[in-house]
Amino acid sequence: MSTATRPSALLEVRDISLSFRGLVALEGVSFHVTEGELFSIIGPNGAGKTSIFNCINQVYRPQEGSILWKGDSLMGLKPNQTAERGIARTFQNIALFAHMTVMDNILSGRHIRMNHGWLAGMLWWGRAKQEELENRHKVEEIIHFLEIERWRKHPVGLLPYGIQKRVELGRALAMDPELLLLDEPVAGMNLEETEDMARFILDIQDELGITTILVEHDMSLVMDIADRVMVLDFGRKIAEGLPEEVQTNADVIRAYLGTTGDASMQEFG
Amino acid sequence: MRGRPHLHTSYSADQALMPTTTKKVALAIFLVLAALAPIASSIPIYPDFLGNNDWMKLLSHVAIFGIGALGINLLTGVAGQVSLGHAFFMGLGAYVGVVFGAPAGDLWGWGLPMWIWLPMAGIIPAAIGLLVGPAAVRVRGLYLAFATLGLVFIGEWAWRNLKFITGGSFAGRRFPEFQLRMWKEEEPLVDFASDGVWLGFEISEEAKVYLLMLGLLVVATVLAKNLQRTRAGRAFQAIRDRDIAAEIMGVNEFKYKLMAFGISSAYAGVAGALFASFVGRQIPETWDLFLSVEFIAIILIGGAGTVSGALMGSAFVILLPRLVQDFTEWLSNVIADGEGLLASVADAVISVSPDDFGVVNILPGAGPGLSVFQLNQVLFGLLVILFMIFEPLGLYGIWLRIRNYWKGWPFTY
Repeated sequence: MSTATRPSALLEVRDISLSFRGLVALEGVSFHVTEGELFSIIGPNGAGKTSIFNCINQVYRPQEGSILWKGDSLMGLKPNQTAERGIARTFQNIALFAHMTVMDNILSGRHIRMNHGWLAGMLWWGRAKQEELENRHKVEEIIHFLEIERWRKHPVGLLPYGIQKRVELGRALAMDPELLLLDEPVAGMNLEETEDMARFILDIQDELGITTILVEHDMSLVMDIADRVMVLDFGRKIAEGLPEEVQTNADVIRAYLGTTGDASMQEFG
Repeated sequence: MRGRPHLHTSYSADQALMPTTTKKVALAIFLVLAALAPIASSIPIYPDFLGNNDWMKLLSHVAIFGIGALGINLLTGVAGQVSLGHAFFMGLGAYVGVVFGAPAGDLWGWGLPMWIWLPMAGIIPAAIGLLVGPAAVRVRGLYLAFATLGLVFIGEWAWRNLKFITGGSFAGRRFPEFQLRMWKEEEPLVDFASDGVWLGFEISEEAKVYLLMLGLLVVATVLAKNLQRTRAGRAFQAIRDRDIAAEIMGVNEFKYKLMAFGISSAYAGVAGALFASFVGRQIPETWDLFLSVEFIAIILIGGAGTVSGALMGSAFVILLPRLVQDFTEWLSNVIADGEGLLASVADAVISVSPDDFGVVNILPGAGPGLSVFQLNQVLFGLLVILFMIFEPLGLYGIWLRIRNYWKGWPFTY
């Protein structure tokens, strides 16, 4: 990305600190994400990666700092209001609606894009019927995009793990988001599933043009597809930059290996 | 598409309530049969007993509890909020109905027609539900169950003391009859409260009430089913399955929990008003904790979270005592008839005299073994436990398994 045409920041996180009683989860973390970017957050377990997502969604309220979305503060909003602003999310441990079908799960992602109330719904009348059918069309596009046609009407609780992860991505995409937060989308996947998911993430970038923040432990994936990488350790930011810069950063190597040795991050990949 | 019931060529066909021809036909046959029950005796091969007045009453009871069960199913089964307050809202609906619908006398009553008192019996409990809801929906799980339990006791106390509305403890009052009027004229447009002739058939009062309840149940079911498949219904289920994820997907948890509470209370209120008028006279003690528990049992046995489960559950819970009673009577007739293996087995099960041993006694007073009533209570408890352990999806789950078996027959899958 050339600096000359760099668009303004879509999301800007300034000096956020979050602690639970004595336990410090995040300490003065700042970063920004520009439009169209694939920004990745990495770090050892417990470094505070998911906490950052929870702060952006306002599930956690950071005690200090501010989070700006297109210049406006997100602080103090309810989680559902962050969704209305255009922020979608997947979860580290799948948080699908297990008793609903794949289609209903993805349709529930369309919640914020529909308007009809309970009464119109009960009567299957007017806008309710019209919206349900229109959004069904939109859901079909996502099902097609993610290649999960054959599972359309299965309850998600019964599907294999890799497919559930894909459905969850679909549910987030259904929100027509401007920012997509992916929390370990390939955790626990085999090589083939990982490669499929990587392709979907890249397609989301190229075809849909959705800005993405990726939290992931799979270094080779992050180094391959991320535009910029931020590294967290014990709630503090220890490095940020292009993947190749981060890979050779001494602090990062120390955080991951616990030594001052000159081993390269390449060995993880 | 003939021969390919699952091939849909439009989204509206795919999203339809009854997506396959088989379902449409089966439902149509069922509804026609249900509607013909009152004239069962004039139709060949149709089981005559269904047209008897006591069976008509029993089936009306099923329909009314079906409406109530749809309400608790919406809140507890679909939105996942366990509520024991259902009896309170049923009582509230009944007393709203009686104040609006009963003629003025010693007790309050405005004598308004049914098209006013029945909707009011839904609207006012819904409003009260929205009023007390904010306190209740802040807690979840067992705590919510306890908070709503409080409602039942507050309600019982109120019903006993608001004598000018309820008639007071163990006295009760008469509830408005099922009569359709334009306004307060003498002659009702449609009178469900007396025998008459409809379309050339002799129709008893009980059968008329049954037809009315059947119609209301169909309306209530369609509304519930539609709600469950549209935006609000999905939001309820999302909150039930993963509340935090639901919020992050844009569902306002507080608003939708409150909405589920309100709609469920409206169903409860209508069911309560119908039940009170159906029985005729009700005492404040009717709306007690046991009634709430009975509704929870109905949806557990039927299959929580499904509309058809709520209906199957109420049919099962209401009809079971009657079937047990008929069965014991049949067994005692076998004993009276005499010898044989069946008679000796029946003799071991049933005690017919104070010194005859048996699991069940059919004596008028106390005797060895359980009375039929006690047996029903035991069976009720046992069934709830068995369903929770072995078939959490309830009768609906059993039905699903049977259906899937025959779908693939003769292959295993």
